[in-house]
Amino acid sequence: MTLTLSPPSATAPPLQPQGWLRYLSFSTDHKVIGLQYLVCGFIFYLVGGALAGAIRTELLTPISDFLPRETYNEVLTLHGTVMIFLWIVPVVNGAFGNYLIPFYVGARDMAFPRLNAVAFWLIPPAGLLLISSYFIASAAQSGWTAYPPLSLTTPATGQIIWILSVLLLGGSSIFGGINFIATILKLRRPGLKLMQMPMYCWAMLGTSILVVLSTPVLAGTLVLLSFDIIAHTGFFNPSLGGNAVVYQHLFWFYSHPAVYIMVLPAFGLVSEILPVHARKPLFGYTTMVYSIMGIVFLGLIVWAHHMFTSGTPPWMRLFFTIATSFIAVPTGIKFFNWLATLWGGKIALNSAMLFSCGFILNFVFGGITGVALAQVPFDIHVHDTYFVVGHFHYIVYGGTVFVIFASIYHWYPKVTGRMLNEPLGRLHFLLTFVGFNLCFAPQHWMGLNGMPRRVAEYDPQFELINQVSSVGALLMAVSTLPFLVNVILSAFRGEPAGDNPWNALTPEWLTSSPPPVENWHGEAPLVHEPYGYGVEPGSLSLAATSGRDLWSAGDPERKP
Amino acid sequence: MRIPAAILTLLAGMALVLTGLWVGQNINLLPEDASLNAPVYDELFKVLFSIGTILLIGIAGLIVYSLVRFRRVNGDQGDGVAIEGNLPLEILWTAIPAVVVLFVGIYSYDIYDRMGGMAPLNDHSMHAMHSDAGDSRTWAGISPVAMEASTGEPPLPVDVTAMQFAFIFHYPDAGITAGELHVPVGQPVALTMKANDVIHAFWVPQFRLKQDVIPGQPTLLSFTATKPGRYPIVCAELCGPYHGGMRSTVVVEEPQTFADWVAQNSPAASPDAPTAVQS
Ligand code: HEM
Ligand SMILES: [Cu+2]
Ligand SMILES: [Cu+2]
Repeated sequence: MTLTLSPPSATAPPLQPQGWLRYLSFSTDHKVIGLQYLVCGFIFYLVGGALAGAIRTELLTPISDFLPRETYNEVLTLHGTVMIFLWIVPVVNGAFGNYLIPFYVGARDMAFPRLNAVAFWLIPPAGLLLISSYFIASAAQSGWTAYPPLSLTTPATGQIIWILSVLLLGGSSIFGGINFIATILKLRRPGLKLMQMPMYCWAMLGTSILVVLSTPVLAGTLVLLSFDIIAHTGFFNPSLGGNAVVYQHLFWFYSHPAVYIMVLPAFGLVSEILPVHARKPLFGYTTMVYSIMGIVFLGLIVWAHHMFTSGTPPWMRLFFTIATSFIAVPTGIKFFNWLATLWGGKIALNSAMLFSCGFILNFVFGGITGVALAQVPFDIHVHDTYFVVGHFHYIVYGGTVFVIFASIYHWYPKVTGRMLNEPLGRLHFLLTFVGFNLCFAPQHWMGLNGMPRRVAEYDPQFELINQVSSVGALLMAVSTLPFLVNVILSAFRGEPAGDNPWNALTPEWLTSSPPPVENWHGEAPLVHEPYGYGVEPGSLSLAATSGRDLWSAGDPERKP
Repeated sequence: MRIPAAILTLLAGMALVLTGLWVGQNINLLPEDASLNAPVYDELFKVLFSIGTILLIGIAGLIVYSLVRFRRVNGDQGDGVAIEGNLPLEILWTAIPAVVVLFVGIYSYDIYDRMGGMAPLNDHSMHAMHSDAGDSRTWAGISPVAMEASTGEPPLPVDVTAMQFAFIFHYPDAGITAGELHVPVGQPVALTMKANDVIHAFWVPQFRLKQDVIPGQPTLLSFTATKPGRYPIVCAELCGPYHGGMRSTVVVEEPQTFADWVAQNSPAASPDAPTAVQS
């Protein structure tokens, strides 16, 4: 290891802009880049949310009366693309990954800091490009899945810009993935073993493997699709001898793993948050690690469960049903381990904990509908209906977005040195939880009873229930307000947090808040037991101790 | 004397299972069933609904209980107990879900088989149906062979063309072309579907059947309607601006009414037209 361990010299002129300006610069500091991802992602989240508002407004009535039909499809496509590629993926991977991973492995930055900055700076132009397509020509209209032949026949300019933008975002994601793998495997502080890393490192390792293996397939597929559009080749065009189903295979070969790219990091973040606020070790570290790797492996061989109605041969349906169902096993292990982490703890019912528990509830719901969807006969009825819309929002919103909020409540004191306001945080949780369930739970019923997805007009029997769903969406929009107020005001007025307000043991808390450039003054701490909370069972002094003081600068006697 | 925790847990578990079973059997979330395979589907749905309810209530209960029972009381700065794992317990909760999903997978395979989804495609009864296809790549949602096997009647062939933004139904035997699908109750129907432009999907919620109609690959889908009535046919795959309006109706009629409909609509109302109906 050739890390500079001495603190940066105070006399050297700063190489990079200081103060708030560095957040607009090509900074190579992993913490700056992490925050750039987070804020940029959140701005796109607001854009995506506004688009969702337009969708829910259109669906207040059974007829198409709010937006022109073409515009509705553009809005729908933009909403999906923005939320997935500009909000969830960059935030759970880029934002928290960049901020936390170097701390967790005891490094002063990511392995490739410049590549890291490049990866971030691909995102704003790609996002602007995508949104500008709406104003330049017309945005893509074929959904975030862009199935041909529809994507070959809708206006070409919008579809091409969509492809370009997704290619850029995919590139950014691959750069990030390479960087995480290199950092986790190669920049670990001497003495830190793999099985001593905080769980989020494992989650990011697994996720990055998925990113590196599957995103190039998406890129190749989209390039072929663009040839079909521009050069009139016939890869996916049946009227030129191509095959439209091949596109679906290639697309889902990326896009099913993509759902784990969106959720595995969230699993990792929750594994960091729960032990701290329940004051207990993370239950079952080793099985957690193996289940992450199990999910990575299984996640690569289940893609055709999105194509059960596409005319796949019977053996394929059987194989993908069984493989998909089995993902529930490693996923289940993680959930039981979290429940066991809570059990017997001293749980602080703060916003971070509430959002984490909300996540567990919502995700279990989404996992149950997921296993149902994996059964071919079940899926044949509800595929491409609002049931599926309900399912994946329970997963991506109820799962990942809840975890993003939990993480913001948890790490805000570290990033800013100030606490967030708790009552506002709980109000935020309450509004989000109620709004979310009101919006998405009824959608399962709609799907079962005959409402297809991606429609601007529908059977009038679904009017009332769609209005209920829209009210839920409104509540979700409103819930953002206390959050924004809280985050902005607390940055200036919040109660000073101190370095370690939660008495946590993971390395990011063992430095000042906010942390200095290069993370620690002096040597990086070596944390062998990131979850060493708790008193030995049977010990009587339950209230006396608070966290075993297990970190030290390289205590050699600690066993793994 | 307090009641031992083990007994309370056991009782709670039994109550949970009973609640799940009751919910699965008694809460109906599905629309009317109107085809032979709809009740089969509903059977699977009930089982999944019960298992899902048990899991969801169980886990939600555990979380709420933990949050209340183990919440930090004011002023307590201490830690919980340092339990880092319990291998037998972890093996248990790996094994139980594995058995459950294996059961669900095999059971749903059986259901799918009973719906006709696993039946072979190429059978003698096929040549009548897609004389025009001549394509070696024909795909099936539910094969007509299976339907014939379950009702003992030869299927009524109908050609379906999906296009932006309508379904067109053609009865090759009677020479009728219509915008609504008329079928007799109780007789299997074999749809040979093709799409002209983009991918569409043929969905009848009351039949619990859906099949994508993909350009370049003729697809078969069969069903047997069981209740007379009018049911919506919905396009379920995004196919353009008017996707939401791409709907039609399947009219399930008594055999006699259907025969009359065929007779009235046959182009050259020739006396032999109704032979399409073999009932
Ligand atoms: C227990 C785990 C899960 C299982 C068994 C499962 C199963 C499925 C199945 C079978 C479908 C296809 C439904 C259809 O289109 O007919 C589906 C759709 C979907 N799932 Fe899941 N899922 C699981 C977890 C997840 C996770 C973790 C995510 C994301 C973080 C996710 C996101 C999605 C999305 C986005 C779709 C819809 C894609 C589209 O058509 O646009 N699911 N899921
Ligand atoms: Cu999937
Ligand atoms: Cu259509």
